[in-house]
Amino acid sequence: MRDVTIIGAGVTGSAVAMELAAYDLDILVIEKESDVCEGTSKANSGIVHSGYDAEPGSLKARFNVEGNRLIHELSRALDFPFRENGSLVLSLEEEGRAKVEELYERGLANGVPGLKILERDELTKLEPNVSENAVCALFAPTGGIVCPFNMNIAFAENAADNGADFVFDTQVKKITKKTSEDGSIFFHIETSGEDFDTKVLVNAAGVYADVIHNMVSDEKIHITPRKGQYILMDKNAGSLVSHTLFQLPTKMGKGILVTPTVHGNLMAGPTADDADPEDTSTTAEGLDTVLTRGALSVKALPRMPITSFAGLRAHEDGGDFIVGEAKDVPGFFDAAGIESPGLTAAPAIGKYLGTLIAEKLSARKKADHISERKGIPSIALADDEEREKLIKQDPSYAKVVCRCELVTEGEIKNAITRTLGARTVDGVKRRTRAGMGRCQAGFCLARTIPILAEQLGVSFEDVTKSGGGSYYIDGNIKDLI
Amino acid sequence: MQDKKADLVIIGGGPAGLAAAAAARKEGLEDILIIERDVRLGGILNQCIHNGFGLHTFKEELTGPEYAARYIRQIIDEKIPFMTGTMAVNISFDEKTGLKTVKAMNGDEGLFNIEAKAVILAMGCRERPRGALNIPGYRPSGIYSAGTAQYYVNMEGRMIGKRVVILGSGDIGLIMARRMTYEGAKVLCVAELQPYSGGLKRNIVQCLDDFDIPLLLSHTVVDIKGKRRVEGVTIAEVDENRKPIPGTEQFYECDTLLLSCGLIPENELSLAVGVRINPVTGGAFVNESLETNIPGVYACGNVLHVHDLVDYVSGEASVAGKNAADFLLGKEKKSGDEIKFEIRPENGVRYSVPSTVDLAKMPDTLTVRFRVGAEYRNVNLVTYVDGKKMTSQPKAVMAPGEMQQLILVKKRLSELAGRGPFHELTVRIEEKDA
Repeated sequence: MRDVTIIGAGVTGSAVAMELAAYDLDILVIEKESDVCEGTSKANSGIVHSGYDAEPGSLKARFNVEGNRLIHELSRALDFPFRENGSLVLSLEEEGRAKVEELYERGLANGVPGLKILERDELTKLEPNVSENAVCALFAPTGGIVCPFNMNIAFAENAADNGADFVFDTQVKKITKKTSEDGSIFFHIETSGEDFDTKVLVNAAGVYADVIHNMVSDEKIHITPRKGQYILMDKNAGSLVSHTLFQLPTKMGKGILVTPTVHGNLMAGPTADDADPEDTSTTAEGLDTVLTRGALSVKALPRMPITSFAGLRAHEDGGDFIVGEAKDVPGFFDAAGIESPGLTAAPAIGKYLGTLIAEKLSARKKADHISERKGIPSIALADDEEREKLIKQDPSYAKVVCRCELVTEGEIKNAITRTLGARTVDGVKRRTRAGMGRCQAGFCLARTIPILAEQLGVSFEDVTKSGGGSYYIDGNIKDLI
Repeated sequence: MQDKKADLVIIGGGPAGLAAAAAARKEGLEDILIIERDVRLGGILNQCIHNGFGLHTFKEELTGPEYAARYIRQIIDEKIPFMTGTMAVNISFDEKTGLKTVKAMNGDEGLFNIEAKAVILAMGCRERPRGALNIPGYRPSGIYSAGTAQYYVNMEGRMIGKRVVILGSGDIGLIMARRMTYEGAKVLCVAELQPYSGGLKRNIVQCLDDFDIPLLLSHTVVDIKGKRRVEGVTIAEVDENRKPIPGTEQFYECDTLLLSCGLIPENELSLAVGVRINPVTGGAFVNESLETNIPGVYACGNVLHVHDLVDYVSGEASVAGKNAADFLLGKEKKSGDEIKFEIRPENGVRYSVPSTVDLAKMPDTLTVRFRVGAEYRNVNLVTYVDGKKMTSQPKAVMAPGEMQQLILVKKRLSELAGRGPFHELTVRIEEKDA
């Protein structure tokens, strides 16, 4: 019997696990995919919102502002890439001014620090490439950009370092409420793998959080996956803007943001269309919308795409996050409807639920809790002195595997062998950036597969992109003849 | 950090780097160092195990590895130093001293700087990935660039799929259509966005026609199906603006999509040292000596502009190697008050290499290489000097997939210069009766 079981190893589930792992509790995280950060957490804007957008008094507002503050701290303690680059909400027409002022007021009510309305002359000083049509903007200095993968991975690694267990490739099929001999309530979880019993259950199942919730609760919830498509541009386009540029919604529709990423690329997106919970495909219309509407924010949007992708927002009918113990099911905790600003809110949701659950189980803080985590060293970001030190420790830090992002064999081996290490090519990519560059793994894929095979002790055929049937190698040549 | 020195550092040990090194040594230069990131010399030729190489250079038909071996032999015989498994990560240039510093790393020696008096850029090119093509759909495994597929099959002996669709009719795509068929895979078709093929005619005949593989011109992939591994692709016909025509979509069930949609010169190091890049080629702007805007930094091969035949790469690289050696040995012809002119590509001529010529430094004949933007039949290739027609050559066929060349004769240009200065030599395609 586990004390707590968390369904979903996305950023929310991992944040809850990290928080709970500070207590003397037996924790399990169940993930249907082959790695952490495989759903909504891997395909989003990577923005740390300041918190002016959400309705005052909503859970979104509360967890956003607190989450922003926490990410500032956690990025240092857990060593993941984050930069406070500041956000700008542009009004591209005079009529938008009132809306900018409304956002400013809302931000004040939500407790967002440092907000300011900038007129065009101040705005162009901050962003010389901003659109000629931008009349004014809301400036939120605490807005930031984060590596969503490594934030999620850092939370999960820290949870695991503190004793939380993770099982992957395991899908929850059925949950039954049961009463034990001493009269206490527990949950029996049937999965595609083995079954588990747990005292407390946390639902962080992303676009499937309604399915999980509705398995145990009579107060039904409903999630509509809402697809967002993005285009990522070459690093040579990365310096077009330094802040994250949002647009006010106009009659043309919801705005498309243009932002530098924390790794120095330029990104534009997302669209917003309701979709099937497995539909992460991009469409010609969607990508066209990203380019044409994204272009409205700047003088000229470079056409230098290196990849495009789509993610799904878990939009709940009520419009707000659902966070807390289900009224009719004691011991069942939801973190459902976690759409934007969910990435920012995740650590705050983790803290809130972690504290509630620890209280419920009368758990005590661990004396030997590990509060820091060291990320994978990066040859690309290190200075020459650090590089030499790493190479001296392990010469494979001088063997370049991914030349676009300058990732070495040492980094890839580190990613595979560390806590909750990568087991797939995508897992290596998200942890090290090998294959994230402008050639999109054309060169390094053939070098990454042998390293994965060797480190995991499997054959080339068993190395996959992202688990399941996503194999690359289909036998040896001459096998088919 | 252990530092090294060399008069000439050549970045890349593929066909361009090897020919450049051999030519520099032949010219009398002693102190040369080749940096190669792969574990062996030869570059992409090592995976090109098909024949058809060397017809121009050696007057015989060789495979890629055989062609490379001829040059590697020269490097070894001449005892030209090279470092394999070594990645150059940066180049910097000191304007005061004219010295270049190449920062590199490898597993044996770690990180080190090489101080160089001259550098030849010979890094080759990379393939355009799916993301740069903005093909919509899912992102499963089973989508490979043709060169990556070639690496697996020819270097690693691994198969990468059984039912294959190829997008793009670049040469590597055509070669891989045949190669995959040889290994028992079914290649369903090759779709090409343009109304013409980007590859050599002989490859279309020998790799597609001989195996009854259809080439669908003016077609493209509009959707990719499969969440884990490719399950199929949708191909549609495109109109003259290359937009898919609704209603022409056809689904092909396959497990593999190969992409052969263009090559991009790998100029990240060139940009780092301040080399000016021609947006048309993606390679450096160079003068008649194949020298970039940075004195003593030369470029040749596919990093300069994408070639169709390796023979031309070797020829061009030999010129760069010789010129770099002359620069270092003080044998370079001095530039006087003579004419410096620009070569201006126009009307169907997309670019030219070189793009500027210093008449004093120009050899007796200078090969200008270029590509055309569409298929032309029975046209004239015409040159003008400051607007006055100089030459006109009839051309039966000019195709975008094949590199064109034009020979400039110094004597002729010197005569013109004797009558007064000129600034521009225009190269253009004209109708026969124009």
